Amino acid sequence: MAGDETKHLPLEDLHLAAGAKFGAFAGWSMPLTYPAGVMKEHLHTRDHVGLFDISHMKLFEISGPGAAALLARACPLDAAALELSQSRYTFFLNEAAGILDDLIVTRLGDQRYVLVANAGNAAADEAHLRAVAKGFDTEIKPLDRVFLAIQGPDAEAALSSAGVDAATLQFMHGIEPRQDWFMSRSGYTGEDGFEIGLPEKDARALLGSLLEDERVAWVGLAARDSLRLEAGLCLHGQDLTAETDPASAGLTWAISKDLRTSGTFIGAEALRAILARGADEKRVGLKPEGRQPVRAGTALTDADGKPAGRVTSGGFGPSVGHPVAMGYAAAPLAKPGTQLFADVRGSKIPVVIVSLPFTPHHYRKG
Amino acid sequence: MAKTYFTEDHEWLSVEGGVATVGITDYAQEQLGDLVFVELPDAGKKLAKGDTAVVVESVKAASDVYAPVDGEITEANGALSSDPALVNTAATGDGWLWKMKLADESQLDGLMDEAAYKAHIG
Repeated sequence: MAGDETKHLPLEDLHLAAGAKFGAFAGWSMPLTYPAGVMKEHLHTRDHVGLFDISHMKLFEISGPGAAALLARACPLDAAALELSQSRYTFFLNEAAGILDDLIVTRLGDQRYVLVANAGNAAADEAHLRAVAKGFDTEIKPLDRVFLAIQGPDAEAALSSAGVDAATLQFMHGIEPRQDWFMSRSGYTGEDGFEIGLPEKDARALLGSLLEDERVAWVGLAARDSLRLEAGLCLHGQDLTAETDPASAGLTWAISKDLRTSGTFIGAEALRAILARGADEKRVGLKPEGRQPVRAGTALTDADGKPAGRVTSGGFGPSVGHPVAMGYAAAPLAKPGTQLFADVRGSKIPVVIVSLPFTPHHYRKG
Repeated sequence: MAKTYFTEDHEWLSVEGGVATVGITDYAQEQLGDLVFVELPDAGKKLAKGDTAVVVESVKAASDVYAPVDGEITEANGALSSDPALVNTAATGDGWLWKMKLADESQLDGLMDEAAYKAHIG
């Protein structure tokens, strides 16, 4: 974002008042931590409710007679087959099946969908979608919303206390409970939780209630990252890039069998070729031995010192109490139990390939 | 009587008998956040001013701590191996990082006293 003006959250004053420390992320000035600190914020989310301002992420409404067809072209997704209020995790792929962004698409109406894009990719996503949309009868509308994530075992109860009925909403479903609101049961922590896009005025009113609830505490971007990493969830730009494809990323579960064999989405042919010959490398969980974290960008070698892969996300898992990482390993090595070595400032740290997630998911499924 | 000095990189040195105990300031630990690992140096290691002496790792990132003066490591704080959070809870006490024998005590002249450091961090 060099040369661009740093963007500020509409609710920045609330974060300042809460004592947040800010840092730059994807062109935005974001709260990284609050006075409680990343450890406590992380654990509070797993035990109670973490409140995250994710207004850096972008919501797009896609509507019109060609909306489903556009999404089926832009994403490996049978958008017409989604039920009302059903959400799906999907991607924008390039022609080589490289992942341009990972997204959540929710069907809101017969000819109406909402798409949630990552902050760093939002502008590129919009340009891409508009380019693909030529010839489709659709309207693409970026929504001006505050976007909040309410995550943790008491999320439903806390929302209910704040006057938002969330009990009937199932995991990976989204609805419009009020004018210009979009609420989905989803998140990026591995916990039960909700994401709500809403006008700033409504957000301030809702937060007024939520923050009076002692179960609810602000959580910054630092703990958002440690929570998602423990949950084995990918961060685009690190674990997923235009150079990785859904097969090597272990995300083919997000693409139906029918679409894998006969889909006409962008990148379909390339993905079929990759699936036919097998991915060269696979995304894996990595558990460093000892207490020293292994960070993104670290090279992995096998027992003989030969290149074996790389770390794409790494840090410390406050809930599991040890360092956690994920990355890519050469396909023949990419099995739980394989020991590799991470080159950290000249020392070889043993790391073991493990199944993801590090902490079990606690999603509320129907 | 030990004398305490501060650096612009937010380290403190408590000097007595030609040996400095070095740590990071409370301001620095607050900026770093919860520490989860401290990579400690071996005794006997010779450092020049500006060399990386210790790496402190928070949940999110690794940061170097530099030798504020020339010297030789005499001891690292082994308690940090099992409890790195001591740096957060007692940055200027039990959370010290290493001790070093000073090679040139005149280098201390360029460092700040507590009042100057407080002005430095504002």
